[in-house]
Amino acid sequence: MKVTGAQAMMKCLEEQGVEVIFGFPGGAVIDIYDELMKTDIQHVLVRHEQAAVHAADAYGRVKGDVGVALVTSGPGATNTVTGIASAYMDSIPIVVFTGQVPTALIGNDAFQEVDIVGITRPCTKHNYLVKNVEDLVPTIREAFHIARTGRPGPVLIDLPKDVVAAKIKFPEPKPVKMQSYRPTYEPHPGQIQKACKAMLKAKKPVVYAGGGVIASNSNEELTELAKNLHMPVTMTLMGLGGFPGTDPLSLGMLGMHGTYTANMAVANCDLLIAVGARFDDRVTGKIDAFAPNAKIIHVDIDPTSISKNVGVDIPIVADCKHALAAMNNYLRTSADFDSDDLKEKHTPFLSQIDEWKKKHPLGYIQDDEKIKPQFVVEKLHQLTKGDAIITTEVGQNQMWAAQFYHFNHPRAFMTSGGLGVMGYGFPAAIGAQMAAPDRTVIDVAGDGSIQMNIQELATARQYKCPVKIAILNNSYLGMVRQWQELFYDKRYSGTDIEVAPDFVKLAEAYGAVGLRASKPSEVEPVIKEALATNNTVIMDFVISREEGVYPMVPAGKATTEMLLV
Amino acid sequence: MKHTISVLLQNKPGVLSRVTGLFSGRGFNIQSLSVAETLDEGISSLTLVTAGDDNIIEQITKQLHKLIDVIKVIDVSETDFVEREMVIIRVNAESHTRAEVLRIIDIFRGKVVDVSPKSYAVEITGSVSKVKAVIDILKPIGIQEIVRTGTIAMARAKKS
Repeated sequence: MKVTGAQAMMKCLEEQGVEVIFGFPGGAVIDIYDELMKTDIQHVLVRHEQAAVHAADAYGRVKGDVGVALVTSGPGATNTVTGIASAYMDSIPIVVFTGQVPTALIGNDAFQEVDIVGITRPCTKHNYLVKNVEDLVPTIREAFHIARTGRPGPVLIDLPKDVVAAKIKFPEPKPVKMQSYRPTYEPHPGQIQKACKAMLKAKKPVVYAGGGVIASNSNEELTELAKNLHMPVTMTLMGLGGFPGTDPLSLGMLGMHGTYTANMAVANCDLLIAVGARFDDRVTGKIDAFAPNAKIIHVDIDPTSISKNVGVDIPIVADCKHALAAMNNYLRTSADFDSDDLKEKHTPFLSQIDEWKKKHPLGYIQDDEKIKPQFVVEKLHQLTKGDAIITTEVGQNQMWAAQFYHFNHPRAFMTSGGLGVMGYGFPAAIGAQMAAPDRTVIDVAGDGSIQMNIQELATARQYKCPVKIAILNNSYLGMVRQWQELFYDKRYSGTDIEVAPDFVKLAEAYGAVGLRASKPSEVEPVIKEALATNNTVIMDFVISREEGVYPMVPAGKATTEMLLV
Repeated sequence: MKHTISVLLQNKPGVLSRVTGLFSGRGFNIQSLSVAETLDEGISSLTLVTAGDDNIIEQITKQLHKLIDVIKVIDVSETDFVEREMVIIRVNAESHTRAEVLRIIDIFRGKVVDVSPKSYAVEITGSVSKVKAVIDILKPIGIQEIVRTGTIAMARAKKS
């Protein structure tokens, strides 16, 4: 029996285990929407296509699988670009379906035609234009395979309207085999041995864990390795939750807004073990001064990440989970490995770390007058018992969330790390809530960035997502203002956004709940009320206007050159 | 340093732009590029000449390999290899230079492929340095037009 391309697509999505699609319909995808309605797949209608991609991104992160978005041609497609680029930078597996004008019209500047495959070529892991209906199902299978394997990433499939309307016999499922795409999962045993020997020899080792630990679900293997060898662990923004943030061996985040201790430890270590991280400029600061005295081990599934920015002594191309497990195995059977010996050997370094922690902990001073944003995040942590899924926008709110919500578990922190997308957090919260309906999901937002996708209040309401938005409201585009304060003589060009909606009334206009706290004493009651409310809630925290994020490493400086207050 | 890189890739629409987009997007430079299908019409072979220090060349080969449609990447200049380029040159051939042009072409084992009363179009094949030498010698006589294929290259087979 023959089916249409759209019907085949639905069968194929079910075969891939897709349960939720975030999307927005239009002329070019109307046939697909017609079939989607007949399936058990839940469609979440966003109010802007960018939000569909961010929601799919966070949905995938929480589930540990591929998120899916579906949009129409032309503007529907171009609106997804920011979301796709963000997922690409953060290595998040998503598949984005875009409608396209009929094949006969491609290239004719037809209504709502755009070369989205050309536009997204540099920001997708791979992309496709399906020109024949026979190619449709194999392409979808290949796209999911590419998105979820190797270094994960976004894959886009462009679907001309006539292709999804044409008929085919549905091809039976078979494993995807690709001649030119075979990621390396297993580490080279010789490299594992070299790495383990270096770890046993080191006096001052530091583990530097990135998003690869989360993507590969290797937090347990990492924790085992670090604890057995008594090695302190610092995490990148994307790696938070990969190692328990409240563990004594945790140094917190490193880099531009990392902890004093993490940056000092990296600068003074004799062995740096990078796991699923990519030596991003926000982490390294001035490259020459980054871990200057250390031998470097780098585990990454993507060979291009290795020795891209910083030369590496022991490269290991592998899935982090496989590599860490191999290290743990090797050490278990190694005659040279004695956990107590290592503890003794590392004691001077670990005591130095304790001193650094005591000397310059992350901190702030909360008075009775003005709410400090850090206090809000700490209260959120306390009142959710550290168990919430936190999403963030981008800027100060993101850094305060990263610094003060001490993540103990992976897949609990969703942020646009690489691209830095203002407007990511709220749609991401909706995606996360769809993936985990029973969890508390909080978007830590700024008053600037929340307005970039505020229209999604309607989506949250429509699908009864009880997400909580905590706006740290300083009436500034705070991070840029902070740079202007520090490096541009307080010339606040374009960063004062005093004219803003009344967020409480705005929430109410959408049928959500709006709460406001203007004094420190009001913070806890507002959070408690929000958490007890089974509805979308905006908490508007009017915070101290010129509070900054510290420590801060000025751009291009060594990470030891931190501004501390 | 100059490197000649040979790439096997899927013969699909858009693949070439993935390669060139990678170079422009990451700030690598392409000195020449030549591409055509192999015996297997589903697979194309591409030769590109680029320059950079060891780190850059390492990134270029890794990044090329990362492209989903790329099957194989070989830096042939790391091994013993043969490289050839073909050039067609339309050169002035007035009565007083016609014989001279023919003599030069003969020395370089070139061929005349088009003749007009005032010019010859000549075809020369050889290494990059040979092509450069021909161009340098013909320049004073007057080159009207020049078209080059860009370098193609192949690693030499093992002799034993």
